[in-house]
Amino acid sequence: MSVFNQSRSTIIRLIFAGVFLVIVIQLFNLQIISRKYKQLAMDNAVYPKRKYPNRGIIYDRKGKAILNNTIMYDLTVTPAEVKNIDTLSLCNLLEIDTAEFKKRLLEARLKNGPVRPSVFEDLLPPEIQAKLEENLYKFSGFTLVERPVRVYPFNAAAHILGYVGEADTAIIRRSGNFYQLGDYVGRSGLENYYEKVLMGQRGIEFLIKDNKNRIQGHYENKAYDTVEVAGRNMQTYIDVEVQQLAEKLMTNKVGGIVALEPATGGIIAMVSGPNFNPNDLTGPNKQKNYSKLVLDVAGPFNNRAIKGRYPPGSTYKPLEALIALDEGVITPASAIGCSGAYYGCNRPVKCTEKWPGHARDLRTAIAWSCNSFFSNTYRLIVDNREYGSVKKGYAKWQEYMNRFGYGERLGIDLPSEDKGNIPDTSVYNRVYRGSWNSCTNVTLGIGQDMMLATPLQIANGICIVANKGYYYTPHFVKSIDNETPQDQILAPFRKKHEVLTHISDTTFETVISGMQDVVEIGTGRFAKIPGINICAKTGTAENYRIIDGKRTKLKDNSLFVCFAPRENPKIAIAVVVENAGYGATWAAPIASLMMEKFLNDTLRTERVKEVERIAAADLMPGYLVREQFKADSARAFFYFNLRKDSSLIKKYLKRNRPTIDTLQRRNDMRVTVVENKKNPGNRKAAIPLLLLLGMITATYRMSLNPIIKERNERS
Amino acid sequence: MSDRNVSISKGIDWILVWIYIALVSIGIMSIFAATYREGDKVLEEFLSLKTDYSKQSLFFIMGSIMGIFILLTDSKFFTATANLWYAAGMVLLLLVFPFHTRIKGTESIIKLGFFNLQPAELFKVFVNLALAKYLSQVDTNFTKTKSHLIAAAIAIIPAIISIAQSETGLALVYFSFFLVMFREGLPAVYLVTGFSLAVLVVATLVVEKYTLAIALTVVALVVIYYMKRSIRRHKSVLAFILLTWMVSICLVLFAVPAFFNNVLKPYQVQRIYATVGKDFQVDPTKLTEEDVKKMEDKKKAQSYNVIQSKIAIGSGGLVGKGLLKGTQTRYDFVPEQRTDFIFCTIGEGFGFLGSIVLMSIYFLLLMRIITIAERQRSVFSRCYAYGVASIIFFHLAINICMTIGLAPVIGIPLPFISYGGTSLITFTVLLFILVRLDADRQMVLR
Repeated sequence: MSVFNQSRSTIIRLIFAGVFLVIVIQLFNLQIISRKYKQLAMDNAVYPKRKYPNRGIIYDRKGKAILNNTIMYDLTVTPAEVKNIDTLSLCNLLEIDTAEFKKRLLEARLKNGPVRPSVFEDLLPPEIQAKLEENLYKFSGFTLVERPVRVYPFNAAAHILGYVGEADTAIIRRSGNFYQLGDYVGRSGLENYYEKVLMGQRGIEFLIKDNKNRIQGHYENKAYDTVEVAGRNMQTYIDVEVQQLAEKLMTNKVGGIVALEPATGGIIAMVSGPNFNPNDLTGPNKQKNYSKLVLDVAGPFNNRAIKGRYPPGSTYKPLEALIALDEGVITPASAIGCSGAYYGCNRPVKCTEKWPGHARDLRTAIAWSCNSFFSNTYRLIVDNREYGSVKKGYAKWQEYMNRFGYGERLGIDLPSEDKGNIPDTSVYNRVYRGSWNSCTNVTLGIGQDMMLATPLQIANGICIVANKGYYYTPHFVKSIDNETPQDQILAPFRKKHEVLTHISDTTFETVISGMQDVVEIGTGRFAKIPGINICAKTGTAENYRIIDGKRTKLKDNSLFVCFAPRENPKIAIAVVVENAGYGATWAAPIASLMMEKFLNDTLRTERVKEVERIAAADLMPGYLVREQFKADSARAFFYFNLRKDSSLIKKYLKRNRPTIDTLQRRNDMRVTVVENKKNPGNRKAAIPLLLLLGMITATYRMSLNPIIKERNERS
Repeated sequence: MSDRNVSISKGIDWILVWIYIALVSIGIMSIFAATYREGDKVLEEFLSLKTDYSKQSLFFIMGSIMGIFILLTDSKFFTATANLWYAAGMVLLLLVFPFHTRIKGTESIIKLGFFNLQPAELFKVFVNLALAKYLSQVDTNFTKTKSHLIAAAIAIIPAIISIAQSETGLALVYFSFFLVMFREGLPAVYLVTGFSLAVLVVATLVVEKYTLAIALTVVALVVIYYMKRSIRRHKSVLAFILLTWMVSICLVLFAVPAFFNNVLKPYQVQRIYATVGKDFQVDPTKLTEEDVKKMEDKKKAQSYNVIQSKIAIGSGGLVGKGLLKGTQTRYDFVPEQRTDFIFCTIGEGFGFLGSIVLMSIYFLLLMRIITIAERQRSVFSRCYAYGVASIIFFHLAINICMTIGLAPVIGIPLPFISYGGTSLITFTVLLFILVRLDADRQMVLR
């Protein structure tokens, strides 16, 4: 029998071999052909941990750190390790209730699982952190984790320095996935412009994790790790004390200030009103503060120093004089008879001075800011015979303006600068259907009409006068640590723009003398500082705004430009205060105080009182109250419609305020003033009125509905 | 003494012994790789016998001592006591019911101090002995169906008891004895029928049952059409085809669903379905709360285990990551990696080449055992040898197929390599009885 079955031994061997072959084929498939398992194993077990370096520190011109790094603490929790703790005392420390505690614990468990730590509360305020630190041993499962945070030691220069925020999807996409979710990136200001310099180089640490994602150690003995490199520090031209003073002076005012160092183009101070404390956007309440600021119709995030578009008014006159002199259409001795207005065109252009002789030559005309003289000068430039037609003459004038930086972006080291407005001939052609002459836009001669400029452009223009013909692109950063020739980021700021250097110094002296006279005897006497020769020009520009669909004339904008000392200009300032009246009233003293602080390093005692007086003045335009009310009502209505909950109307209307908490802001700068109370009565009265109006409209529309339906059906 | 030594080593197949030592060594090394953590004090822990690799080494020593004892035993002892062992084993197997300890879902373990005895594991040896004894009996005529049934009963009864103890994997191994019976003359029809049935059952899992029934009917009609000539000659052919068709249809439409719904536990059904990549919808009214929980846990664990195991083996590549470098196996991604999933450690650490080497050793072992079987003069020894080959083959085929995703997750160990005292000692005893029998192959016919 066994002999008979001998062949079956072969069959059994073949069965064995067949199964082995199948196994070997599958092994070959898994281990050799398929590549995905290698990657999957990597993803499983190796955790590439990003190491963030410290961001670079920003210093002011005197070496004070104005943007620094500090450590704050997050409270993290590992849910599985939370056992038998005194929940109530922890809740009391954190100032939350037990329901919130349970909710957060559950969230943590859902987010990262029970064995990995999750953030329980981020960015603890220092006093809570200190209390927790002492008692942490009682709360098993809870740990304090360090977290580097940006801090602004002087509570100043929010618009300049900017802030960092988590990268959103748009930023990640634009960077080609260089950034990842959770990365911090400069979102505005210098933080944004110098992101590459400040961020340094991220490092990566490869860690091994186990099946529960717990870290077990380093992968391959750190062979693939890269060490992070700290961001580079930067020195700036900013004088933080002048900056603080300027911010204080701008409290409760809308406008912009730019102070430049003419010889380098370095920016000493830059303020935009309304302002905010940059530290509000870092600490524990950053979300709350952010929404407060972003909903404010006064636009505290808007950097008016580089984005505000203002008619420069009379502050532009010195530049116009230089153009006319360069073109040879006037001489320093040119004169005009003015008796209170310019009658050269159909529409008279008013002049504030009526007495004869205030335009007896260029110097006097500048000193008294004669509108007739400069209207005439503008027409002389544009109607220059050499160019044949007004359009060609205008184009020439426009070319000068562009060279001075008006109507074009200067290229400052901040993102989103505005270019102001110097219209093309095509714009006038379109508006006036091709028929226009030098009379049509004669007010360009006094810095009005369609001419718009940012405070930065105005300041830069005055630098050209101070420097007698050249300027450097305004910028903040003086130098970067360990600068190499590869760092091209500062190169554009070291290029001299020689726009009018071919004009002789004596010609410049005429204009500059005129500007000095402004302070000595003319319109800007308030700006005088004993012992310093100041050259300045006031400006009062008409201010229109579209409110509720109507173009409304508001109180004039107050402008002031100056530089000092005359002999060796160290500082040039442009101040614009919206809705404030004459240039001499508000803008001039602000500039004067800043100059004194910068040049003398201190203020005289009687001037400190002046600082308080200006800081206390509330020049917020009245329409803001109405605008805020409108914005809040619209939002309240939107959410009411969305949620069908009338309590929301009350909630949103309650928060309407003209601007951010200015009291808080003034306290930041250590100034105490009595808050001017706005009359909320009319606003409250408007609520029932508005609701009534809404109801009436709704009823009306409802009654209309059947009629409309009927009509539709018929047609 | 030297005379004695000579007599022990005389006739011993050293190739088998060396393969055995090689496999067990690979096993201890793999367990070490799977359980060692950086910073462990190897020597200290080894001597303290607290770690798995040191315990496995101890089992190796114990197994070797038993092996030597077996080699010292007269080979006639095994033939003489075969049935006795079977009876004793059966008692032990039945004792499990009142005395078992529940460990990891199995009910087949008796706790004896630091040693967990699993009689079902050990019983394979006894079945093998008893079957060999029965087949080698002079009065057994293995052409008769009655003897087929008796032989089958010897193998199947312990399988049924194992299923009752929630050890489906071990029960499966008892079917390996059909290979032995096949060698001894069991008609091929049985194997073919069995195989066809298996294919049919798998088909019911993969294809919708009515579609399958229609397909089977079509196949039957086609076969009748082509065989119409022979059908005209012999009516019985038609009857046979129709009978086959009816049985198949019954199986597909009623038997398999009934078996799945009533006999098997839902989680088991789910496990079987998961192997062919399908989701099983159980009638929710028949589920207890415990069942649902068990199913969810199992489902999660099953798919996780297989995925992680495949990742571990797949990431090994051609030459592997090296001993103690496997990230998958070293950081607990693969569960049960000391025991049932030990192959992952080798696949990840030593890659395709390492796996091929291991498979070659196993293949060499099986071929060597068959060669030994065929040179036996005694039927008992031959049957026993085939039994050993079949048991080892079933274990390693199911185990490795499970780790590489070709078979459902059935918890059975990899012979000689997986961690586990009972398993290692069972296979040692199994193998060394064969070595002893082979050493005496020149003796008279039994």
